Order: sequence, then structure tokens, then C-alpha cells
Amino acid sequence: MSPTASKSKNPLSPKERIKVPRQLMPEQPAEVRANNFDEVNLGYNPELAQQEALRCLECAKPTCTDNCPVGIDVKEFVQRIVIGDFLGAAAKIREANVLPAITGRVCPQEDQCEGKCLLSKKVKPLGIGYLERFVADYEQRMGTHIVPNAEPTGKKVAIVGSGPSGLTVAGDLIQKGHKVRVFEALHEIGGVLVYGIPEFRLPKQIVREQIDYMRQMGVEFETDVVVGRTVTIDELLEEEGFDAVYIGTGAGLPQFMNIPGEHLNGVYSANEFLTRINLMKAYKFPVYDEPMLDLRGKDVAVIGGGNTALDAIRSALRLGARKAYVIYRRSDAEMPARAEEVHHARQEGIDFQMLTAPVEFLSDGKGWLTAARCVRMELGEPDASGRRRPVPMQRSEFDLPLSVVVIAIGTTANPIVQSTTPGLGTNKRGYIQASEETQRTTRKGVFAGGDIVTGAATVILAMGAGRRGANSIHQYLTTGEW
Amino acid sequence: MFKIVHAQFLAPGIKRFVIEAPRIACKQQPGQFVILRIYEEGERIPVTIENSDPEKGTINIVVQSAGKTTNLLNTLETGDSILDVVGPLGKPSEIRNYGTVVVIGGGVGTAMAYPTAAALKRAGNRVISIVGARNRELVILVKEMREVSDALLITTDDGSYADKGFVTDKLRQLIENGTRIDLVVAVGPIVMMKAVSALTRKENIHTVVSLNPIMIDGTGMCGGCRVLIDGKSEFACVDGPEFDGHKVNFEVLVQRNTMYRTAEQQSMEEFKRLQTAETEEGAVCGATSSSRQGEQR
Repeated sequence: MSPTASKSKNPLSPKERIKVPRQLMPEQPAEVRANNFDEVNLGYNPELAQQEALRCLECAKPTCTDNCPVGIDVKEFVQRIVIGDFLGAAAKIREANVLPAITGRVCPQEDQCEGKCLLSKKVKPLGIGYLERFVADYEQRMGTHIVPNAEPTGKKVAIVGSGPSGLTVAGDLIQKGHKVRVFEALHEIGGVLVYGIPEFRLPKQIVREQIDYMRQMGVEFETDVVVGRTVTIDELLEEEGFDAVYIGTGAGLPQFMNIPGEHLNGVYSANEFLTRINLMKAYKFPVYDEPMLDLRGKDVAVIGGGNTALDAIRSALRLGARKAYVIYRRSDAEMPARAEEVHHARQEGIDFQMLTAPVEFLSDGKGWLTAARCVRMELGEPDASGRRRPVPMQRSEFDLPLSVVVIAIGTTANPIVQSTTPGLGTNKRGYIQASEETQRTTRKGVFAGGDIVTGAATVILAMGAGRRGANSIHQYLTTGEW
Repeated sequence: MFKIVHAQFLAPGIKRFVIEAPRIACKQQPGQFVILRIYEEGERIPVTIENSDPEKGTINIVVQSAGKTTNLLNTLETGDSILDVVGPLGKPSEIRNYGTVVVIGGGVGTAMAYPTAAALKRAGNRVISIVGARNRELVILVKEMREVSDALLITTDDGSYADKGFVTDKLRQLIENGTRIDLVVAVGPIVMMKAVSALTRKENIHTVVSLNPIMIDGTGMCGGCRVLIDGKSEFACVDGPEFDGHKVNFEVLVQRNTMYRTAEQQSMEEFKRLQTAETEEGAVCGATSSSRQGEQR
């Protein structure tokens, strides 16, 4: 893993590179952005990007690439940034990743590429996510170059769900010369990228641009189709002439806590809360018709410690909440959210109530939420997840006055496709059984990947599954072998 | 875009639309519904499917003016389009030969009860239908219901048509007359379904009701439509919309349906204000809605 300087276009020696500080991401000041939905991070300019790129040690065996779920050639794209070939860098990323402007913004880089960056043994890791985002945005501004697709194969693939997994499969297969049609249940393309992740973390314009790019590549999209209800997998294969189907329907149903008061007005699932805001634009009511509860001057809490929880509570803050709490039953160390989001949330003034869990939601007697009755927790022995199990502390009960609570404790499998597709195997939790290497399900010609196979995970893991799925579908379509 | 091939008022404020939606027309089964959105800034609302014609590729929906979206929808005419129509959603009604079934439709709920009554009749049941409405004008689908029922009983709250009273009065008479009832299906206002369920619980008659909570996606994703069934949370869009009426917590359903009352009133007032302004300018509301439709597909 020693740095190689042989073919390097980097003028700095490895020792000099370590001395260059990690270039800070320009961002909106916390007190300003807490009042708007504009993106928090503003992005590198070319100078910052080139300065940051100089820090890459150009390892002979780059662990960053090994740790990328889609295997982006990080060293090569960063080298192209060093010499100012930004479009070349973008093209390099696109070989492995069809949605770089998105992953550059939402990947948990600290757990993946940057987590294994050799620099991080001594200094801060290379800002790989920031660089990826920079080249993707640069390419977008310059006009994306469409890589021609391979010769048409005459094969047709249906993709169920237009989230990150389905879009990855679509982008990969269209390049290989197959016809691709993506079915989406909602009225907008993008799945969790449009209904789940808020504007301030992933502007919807970015998602639309990526999807327009895919349209230009020839991918067809059909909205308002709930596969399993509007059309079944069997009908797609037998009546509509598709040669293969990829199921990427996402995790689906929000989990509730099954504690008293969850049906009170003012208690939301994170999915509903975020869908109203992101997809339905309820925060622009009455210009948009979909309503949501007025949060101005109200005290709001989210239950949970993942990215979804932080997305919800930071949205509540932007909608005028007076107090905005994160209630999480474990400690900082166990929080699954992206490090940058936690950091940003703290800057914005989100109040983290760690080692705390609600046991009941209290009402005004007329069906409206007034408070969460909570207990404090301490960490005991590790549980099945390997994390220390939170245990309630005796006599620690207290009431936190709240007008709105958002429950963000995870999701369970959406059953619609499974229950309408005979022979499609599922696991105990209702997720679709699929091979980890090939994404093949128990049904011939049917592949699946992303959250509907693994349970709720990240955008990039869903894309990784999509990439494997696309390769596997291509192999199936060209050999006919199952 | 989904084209309206025919639009017709069935009663004041209640309109039937025949819509080109070939995929949905092929799949629709009794008990299911669609979600629609009229224009880019519009909300998503669940709407009853009254019938479908797979050969023509059309579905019939029936809409009662209540809030802004339904009022706006009911200004649309033959030849206009609806931006999004998705479905059929929800589990279909469980159709088999139960014996004697009483199908109750209250107000616009009759449109949802009709396909279920028809399917139950086809499955060999003796179907007794009860249709109730506030007054004569609001009694809908009498001809259709009569065609699929062995007997049709009609009530109006004010007695302006058929018998004065409520659907529960008719149901009670049937029970008191010793009619053997194997199943009751009730679709209509929450208060009606609650009253029917209370009556049949005492008589131990299995009762199915179709619930109408606030919904967004209709695929189970948002959890907004959760209802309390036997003390447990279920989602009306994927676990329902039909549930055992004896297990439904109707109070929670009523309470949750009031969640956005303030916003709904604000939207409605804005809608009325705009309509008045447009009428003064001589403009047609349908034209406004289509001009508000943004880029799609």
C-alpha cells in the first residue's frame, strides 16, 4: 500500500501531500440555513477541488475503491482532477456510478472510501465525497456527455421502483444495449431520493438532472404504476414481453413503537412527515395543496438516530419549530446517521436527548399530542446487533412537552410485490430472497436488490446491488442460463 | 395524463367520471380504490372506483365535492384530463357465497358498495341492498343497485324519498323480521358504519366496513392511513380498506380525519374566492386547472 509516484501527475511528494490540510466544504452559516431549505453544502470550486485532490497518496492498492459498494476508481478520477481534467474525472466515475451528483452528497463516506483512506492514519482522509460531488456538478454545468449505448440486443427489462437501486440497473443495462422501462408507484421518479431525502441535503433539481440524463440515454419511465396491483410481475414477463425483471421497491412500511398514544394527532411516521414535505411540498402550502401541521413556534421531536431521523428534525427546524429534539435510546457512538449530518444538526441547534426513549404519548383529551413520557436509558451488554443494549433506568421518567412527534425507528418490508408474485421467496421478515452475488431471486428471470432484499440501508448499498444485478441480468440475457 | 371520456353529475355535488386508464381497468376488483392528483401543485386523494370496462380501458370514479380538490375535480368535464391516477389500490373485497348478504351504501359510499354487491350477487349470494342518503337528490345508483340486488331498500334522512330514517332502521327491521343474514357490508360515512357495526355486534353478524382515512401514497409507504383494528395499527391502503367492523376503533378514525381541518378550510376558502373571481371574469375553472398542470412525462 505504499504510495507510488511513478506515473503520477501530482507535483507533490507524499510527505508534502500529508501537509496539505483537508479543504473545508463551503457551507451556508448554521443560523441562516436553519431557516431555509437550500442546500447546506455549497460545493468546492475548481481551486479547492484541485487543492484537495493533491492530497491523494495514490496508493498502489487503493483501499478506497475496495470499500466502495460500486467500486469507483477513486485514484484515477482524483488524478484527473489534479491535472484539471474535470470532465475526464466525471467520465471515470460514470464507468462505475450513474448517479455521482447524488452519491457525492448522501454516501456515508466515513464508513466507506474515506474510512479506509491511508491518509486517515495520520491526518484527515481525502475528501472523496466532496470531490465526487464537485466533478458531477461541474459535468452537469458543462453539459453532460452522453456515452453511446451498445448495439441493441433486442432484450427488454422491466425495473420495479425508480429509487437508487432501480436507476443504477437502468443506467447500466441501457448502456449494454437492452431496452429498459422503469415503473414507479408515485407520480415522480426517484423513490427515496425525492420523497425521503430533503432539499437541503439533496436538491431535487439534482435528482431531476440525473433522471433527465437517463432519459437521454434512452431509459423509459412510467409513473403511477404500483407493480403487484396495477400490473403483476407475471404479466410483465408473460404479456408485456419483458425478458427479465429487477425489483427495487425499497424498504417500505414505517415501523411504529406500539406504545400508547401513537394514534394521536401530531404523531407522524418519518416517511409520512418527509413525504409531505419533500414530494408533496406541504411546506409551500397553500401554493401546494397538501397540508401538514403548522410547526411554527411548536416543540417537535423525532424518535430515532438514523439519517431519516435527522432529515425529519432538521426539516422541522426549518419549518419554524421552537424546540427541535432528537430522542435516541443509545449514545452518540451508536448513532447510525452520517457523521456530517450529526455535525450539521448540532450546529443548527438541534437538541439531542441521548439515552432516552418514549414510553407513552400524552394527549389533551381531545386527540391531540401534548407530550412524550420518556425514560432515561443506560447501556448494558451488547445485543444481537453488536451494539450495547439500552436498558431503562429506574425512576427516570419525565414528560417532554411536544406538539409534534416524528417516529423514525425503521421500516419493514412492503408486501405488495411478494404477495402477488407466486414462487417469489421471502425471508422471515418478509424481504425478498436474492443471491448476494447475482441478485437472483427464486423466480427465473426475476432479480431483486436494495432495501427490499436487505432491509433499510443506504443509497449506495442499494446502488451496489443494482450494479451486481445489472451485470447478472446482462449475463442471463446474453446466455439464457439461469 | 388520464383523459376524462365522460363526466356527468349523479346528484348535486356528486359526479361520475369515466376515465381512460387501461391498466387499472384490467385489474380493478370490488372494494378497491384509486389515488389521484389533478395538477402539479395538487394533493393526492383516494377516490372510489364504481366500475370498470377492461375492453374499453376505462374506469368509472365517483366523487363528492367536500374540500378544494374534490370541488375542483367536479369542475372538470368530458375531454379534460387528470394528471395522475394510480391504482387499483387496497385489497379487493372477499367475494364468495356467504348465503344472504346485506350490502349497505350510505351517500357517495353507494358507489363503492355497488361493485361489491354486484360481485356478491354473481357469486350466488342473496343480496339485500340498503341505500341511504340525506335527501331525495343525494340518492344515487338506484337503478344499478336494483339490478344486482334481490331486494333494494331505500331511506332518506328527511323522508323526501322512499322511507324516512337511517339505513340502520332498515337493517334492524330485517333482523327483527327474522331474516337470516350471513354478512353485512357497509360503506359510507364513518358514523353510519359505526352505527351499523354496533347493531350487528349485538346480533353477532359478521360485518365488513370500508375505511377512508387520510392517505398519501396508497402503497403502505407513509403510514398516514393507520387505523386501530382490535387495538393494533393497520394500514388502510395495504391491509384494508375493508376491515371487520366489530374490531375498528371508529373514534380514532374520526379524530385522525380532523388532523388537517384548519388547512382544509383555508384551501376551500381560497378555492371559493378564486371561483368567484373567475366567474366574474367569465373564465372556466377547468381551463384554470389545466393551465396549472406542469411538465409531466
